[in-house]
Amino acid sequence: MRHILSILVENEAGALSRISGLFSARGYNIESLTVAPTEDPTMSRMTIVTSGSDDVIEQITKQLNKLVEVVKVVDLTEGNHIERELMLVKVRAAGKDRDEMKRLADIFRGNILDVTDKSYTIELTGTGSKLDAFLQAIEPGVILETVRTGASGIGRGERILRI
Amino acid sequence: MQLTGAEILIRCLQEEGVEYVFGYPGGAVLNIYDELFKQTRVKHVLVRHEQGAVHAADGYSRSSLKTGVALVTSGPGVTNAVTGIATAYMDSIPMVVITGQVPTAAIGQDAFQECDTVGITRPCVKHNFLVKNVADIALTMKKAFYLATTGRPGPVLVDIPKDVSQALAEWSYPKTVSMRSYNPVTKGHAGQIKKAVQLLLEAKRPMVYSGGGVILNNASDVLTRLVRLLGFPCTNTLMGLGGFPATDPQFTGMLGMHGTYESNMAMQNCDVLFAVGSRFDDRVIGNPSHFFRADRKIIHVDIDPSSISKRVKVDVPIVGYVADVLAEMVKIVESSPVRPDPVALKAWWAEIKEWQRKDCLKYDRASKLIKPQMVVEKLYEVTQGDAFITSDVGQHQMWAAQYYKFNKPRRWINSGGLGTMGFGLPAAMGVQLVNPGATVACVTGEASIQMCIQELSTCKQYHLPIKIVNLNNRYMGMVRQWQEFFYGNRYAESYMDALPDFVKLAEAYGHVGLKVEKPGDIDGALREAFAQKERLVFLDFITDQTENVFPMVPGGKGLTEMILAEEL
Repeated sequence: MRHILSILVENEAGALSRISGLFSARGYNIESLTVAPTEDPTMSRMTIVTSGSDDVIEQITKQLNKLVEVVKVVDLTEGNHIERELMLVKVRAAGKDRDEMKRLADIFRGNILDVTDKSYTIELTGTGSKLDAFLQAIEPGVILETVRTGASGIGRGERILRI
Repeated sequence: MQLTGAEILIRCLQEEGVEYVFGYPGGAVLNIYDELFKQTRVKHVLVRHEQGAVHAADGYSRSSLKTGVALVTSGPGVTNAVTGIATAYMDSIPMVVITGQVPTAAIGQDAFQECDTVGITRPCVKHNFLVKNVADIALTMKKAFYLATTGRPGPVLVDIPKDVSQALAEWSYPKTVSMRSYNPVTKGHAGQIKKAVQLLLEAKRPMVYSGGGVILNNASDVLTRLVRLLGFPCTNTLMGLGGFPATDPQFTGMLGMHGTYESNMAMQNCDVLFAVGSRFDDRVIGNPSHFFRADRKIIHVDIDPSSISKRVKVDVPIVGYVADVLAEMVKIVESSPVRPDPVALKAWWAEIKEWQRKDCLKYDRASKLIKPQMVVEKLYEVTQGDAFITSDVGQHQMWAAQYYKFNKPRRWINSGGLGTMGFGLPAAMGVQLVNPGATVACVTGEASIQMCIQELSTCKQYHLPIKIVNLNNRYMGMVRQWQEFFYGNRYAESYMDALPDFVKLAEAYGHVGLKVEKPGDIDGALREAFAQKERLVFLDFITDQTENVFPMVPGGKGLTEMILAEEL
């Protein structure tokens, strides 16, 4: 099953490779990984999307907690949470396709960030499946380039991850 | 007061009460060696290969309550040390490894003797640091010792670039250290402990299975008290030998791949399994799906939450220092009027006695060839069971574990997790240095001993009167055994051809060598060797080439699917 792990980690050189090294050494799978400093610059927050049986996820959580630089680990999928991913997609937009592409971007609540006479660069935010849906909705031939951040997640309501 | 990084480092070691540093100099650590030279409190032991330094520091830790320290240079110094570090990591041995690094400005430039030390060692240390600022050395060293020795212990590495050990900083050593990201749970949950005791008291067919955690946490006394109080059978893992006295009638011998028939049968057939400081390793329980039994309750006490329910699901997990948890359990049992059902316990013991009648460790005592088992038995007699025994890896290791009855913790020093050949001799050096005057023997084989044989030179330099018991069967015995059992007697590359004359080799290094070829000479040779209190004696026992280690659970098989020695 798919799980989203939120990890507070010391903002130190090497912390990321300790975590990614743990996943590869123990044969765990990483679907996506995002990391950036928090409001406290000494600490970073990482979101890892992974998958595995309950036993595997339990081991991943325990092994992460064992790393000296890891401050806290929460499995967001254990409760209500919000998940967002950002995608930038550059598409061919010329001739009669140009208007259609604009309309499609609007339907998906995307923003066009950059325009040339032949292309649009569209910014799209949502769950991973929404971004997938957008890519499926447009003709594959018009996609010039995509870049996705991987998921970030946060608990709903009073579910707060901090130290 | 401003001091150089190297001076600060040495002062840190002094503050930590470090008596010995095992190491080997080189360019990146010259500043540190210069400071070592200028003082006398921290003594340096010069090994002949960095692997030996780390194993020696490891043996030093395992056989005492102190923390071993190794010091090696950058690049090849580090890569040579990696085997030692990984060995310590797999067995959770507290240790601090200090490594030199090229100057900070040269890092990443493919400088001479540069390697990514922190990267290379990351998967085999509890934690590691690269110190980029001289002002951070003292706090980093404090953290290193703190991390190495608390929670689940392990090796911690501190990498110090040459310009950092040269730079100046104010000297002060922190008295304490705390890290917001490192707070191991050390106190067992009171409710869980009560639940565990209740389960133990209600058990009809109980079994206690204790491991290296009991040794590391100095919990042997309290474990022994609890087991005797309850009257339960007790087995030890390879890493846990000495955790419960081997000569106690409640001890059923080691368990696992080469464990006793009775221990393995009791593990499988018990109704309540009490696992303490052990981790259900593949060499211990065999195939986990075969080991599983729905009608057996498992209690598991361990300092590391990730060891719990990793390979085997447990019913009552308790995370904490095993010594404290066991002490709490003793208290509860002592204050409770309830005792395990004596009738059930008696019937269970009768069943175990029946398994013991198999006499699974029997061997041909009348053989004209030296049986390796007999050498270990005689070693036990001659040393009156009171020696520190180190070993390498293979058949000799298993025979030492099976036939030497360890009654005390920290007497059995072996590489259980990583299985490192070459561990025994350098480890024995650390053991002898931290236990001066004690009897130290290294039980080894002709293949293993050659992996770190250069340390014979170190033993000479520091007058370490270790006794090397070489069980020489001219084969990599355990490899040969597997090839005999599972590869149709095709002994691919497991034969040790062109062996040196070990007697002459020992003599060349300035030691005493003895070759023993007849069973009748074992006792005399051992007595002669151990009488030489001041000398290292290399005993080369020419043993039966075809002897195998029994019982044996083949890899992937169930714990009770043992191969036993043929009827003699």
